[in-house]
This record gives sequence, structure tokens and C-alpha cells, in this order.
Amino acid sequence: MSLVFAGICSHAPGITGRAHMAEPTAVKSLHAAYRSMSEQLKASRPDALVVIAAEHFANFFMSNMPSFAIGMADRYEGPIEDPQWLGIARTSVPGNADLSRRLIQEIMQSVDIAYAEEWKFDHGIMVPLHFLTPDYDLTIVPMNINCQGPPLTPLHRAWAFGEALRRAADTCSERIAILGTGGISHWPATPDSGKINETWDREFLRSWSANNKAALLAYNDTDTYREAGQGGFEIRTFISVSAAAKGLGSVHFYQPIPIFAVGCTIATMTITE
Amino acid sequence: MSLYSMQKFLFDLNRDPGVQALFRSAPGNVLDRYDLTREERAAIETHNIGLIYVLGANGQLLMHYAAYLGMPWPEYIAAMRNGVTQHGAVRAGIYAMTTDLNEKVANI
Repeated sequence: MSLVFAGICSHAPGITGRAHMAEPTAVKSLHAAYRSMSEQLKASRPDALVVIAAEHFANFFMSNMPSFAIGMADRYEGPIEDPQWLGIARTSVPGNADLSRRLIQEIMQSVDIAYAEEWKFDHGIMVPLHFLTPDYDLTIVPMNINCQGPPLTPLHRAWAFGEALRRAADTCSERIAILGTGGISHWPATPDSGKINETWDREFLRSWSANNKAALLAYNDTDTYREAGQGGFEIRTFISVSAAAKGLGSVHFYQPIPIFAVGCTIATMTITE
Repeated sequence: MSLYSMQKFLFDLNRDPGVQALFRSAPGNVLDRYDLTREERAAIETHNIGLIYVLGANGQLLMHYAAYLGMPWPEYIAAMRNGVTQHGAVRAGIYAMTTDLNEKVANI
């Protein structure tokens, strides 16, 4: 079997932690979009969900920062954040060390990665799971691309990572779903929080939906920092999903919600051979 | 090395309940483990989010630290703006402020 689902979504902590401060209609629409994605995910009957996230120093630090890392454990825990602040209770999430090991062994044939037998989830994974698998009953394989501690993972390597993930998934008997999480333009955790470049976001989503490799890899960190903030560096996770799925994307929801600090995004991509 | 050490402290604290418990009971013992300047150590000891922001801490580390302190979101945003007002522009890192000091982004 191979991929049975591919999608991308926002993971901003404000989505759960500051829901009470947002305009209720926007929250309702966003929650409906997450619910719809959850139903699509469930309908694909996945055995495991690979979450390609941009973590925020839950596990990796500049003491030893991998470009790519993959979890290889039977259980994970999260969130590291104060549960009341995030609006998500601390919990245990099922993994599958054997599946991780097989994916890792295949991916590392072409991309140098780190693996980790312990891994704590932060909002980058917990916020999407809160909506998509609220009972935490689906096996998760966490993967991380360094979007936080410069020098960052080059975009073309994020693409290569996605291709390697696809090749690895093709070798598995399990039905694999993949999800890229992050933001497009945003300036999170700063006094700028809430600043969103909608034009930049929509242009990126057009390229992502068309799976336009040349356009996606033409972004550079200098321009992204200026036009889309440090949060824009997280496009790496979305780009890797494009490379893995090889299909065309559909944006089901996009709406800037300033108090959530991001243009909230829910999108899926067809899976092509 | 010093900014690295301050961020390493935030990293260790944010993700490890054991460090959090020790920091509550004996903060000095925890901070002794890190090669901090006097300014950095004082900023941490006084929970001075604004100064830690100006010193260049990565925003994600700082945001999680503010959450650990139980700081409501509007207070966190205000603390960073106050830090820039008092101490000047962010000195390092990729989380510099790009909006005006009096700008209300997201109505905060």
C-alpha cells in the first residue's frame, strides 16, 4: 500500500488557546473545516498518520539541530506547553516504532535524517491532532523539518525529503496518511502577532495547489522573512507534502484570523503515481 | 555563547517538568548551570519578558516560557512592546519587531 491521504493545515497555538478571543463566526467556520478534514482522513482508513511538523524546541535545540528528524517510538506525549494556555490536556499518543523504523530505513537511502526514540509533541502536532484525531486513537509518526534554528533546511532538501517519504510509504503494507502542519505568512510570538500577508499566502497556496515545483522552490529565506515573517519558514512542511503526494491540491479553507496569528488553512492534495 | 545559554535554559525549562519543579523551589541552583550574563540572569529572575525578548531569545522559546509563567496573551504582547520601549530594538535572532510601537495588531 502507499499513501491514502495527503493534506496540510495550520497548527498555531492560538487556534485552541485563544479561541475565546476570536470572532465566533470565524472560529465556527475553521472548526467545521477541521471536522471535514478529519472525516476525509477517517474515510481514507489510514493505519498511521505521518505528521510533518515544524516543531518549536520541544525536542531539538541548537546544541544538536537536525535538518530532518523522525520519531521511532510506540508512545509519544504532549503538549509540552502549559495545557491551560494551549487549551489541550496533556496526553499520550500512540506511535509504532516498527513502522517508523521501516520508514526511516528507506528514507535514509537518499536523505540524511536523525531519528529519536523519545519525542515530545508541542502545538505543531497537538493542535492538528486535537481536531483531526480527538480521541488520539490513530498511530502517529512524527517527522520534523528545521524551520526554527538557522541555518534552516534548504527548500530543495524539503522537497527531496518528501520524495523519499513517498518512496518509503510505497514500500509499506500499511495505509499511510501524511499531514504537513505550519503557517504560511505569520509573525508568531512577537508584538507583530496577528500580522498576515494574505496576498503572499494566496500566491503560495496557488503554487502549492498546482504542485508547481519550480515556483515552490523559488522561494528564499531572505524574501520570505521580509514578506512573510519568520513563521513563513514553515512552508517547508507544506512543500514536502507536495513532493510526496505528487498530485494537485484543493484549499478547503483559508481565512486570516489575526488573534490566531495566522491565515488559517485547511487543504488536501490528490495522490498521484 | 551567552544568548545560546539563555535560550538553552528556556529550552530545558519549557520541556522538562523536573527542571520546572526545581526552578520553582531553587531558581538560583538551576540558573547556576548556565553561562549567563548578569543582565540575562536578572531578566530571568525577575520574569522580565520584555528584556529577554530584546536580548534576542527565539520567540517560540519565549512564548512557551510566558505560558509557563501563566502570563495572559495580551500581557505577553504588552511586555514585549514595553521591552522594546525601555531597552531598544531586538539585538539578535529572527524575532525582531516590525510593527510600530503603538500599533495594535490583532486589536491587542
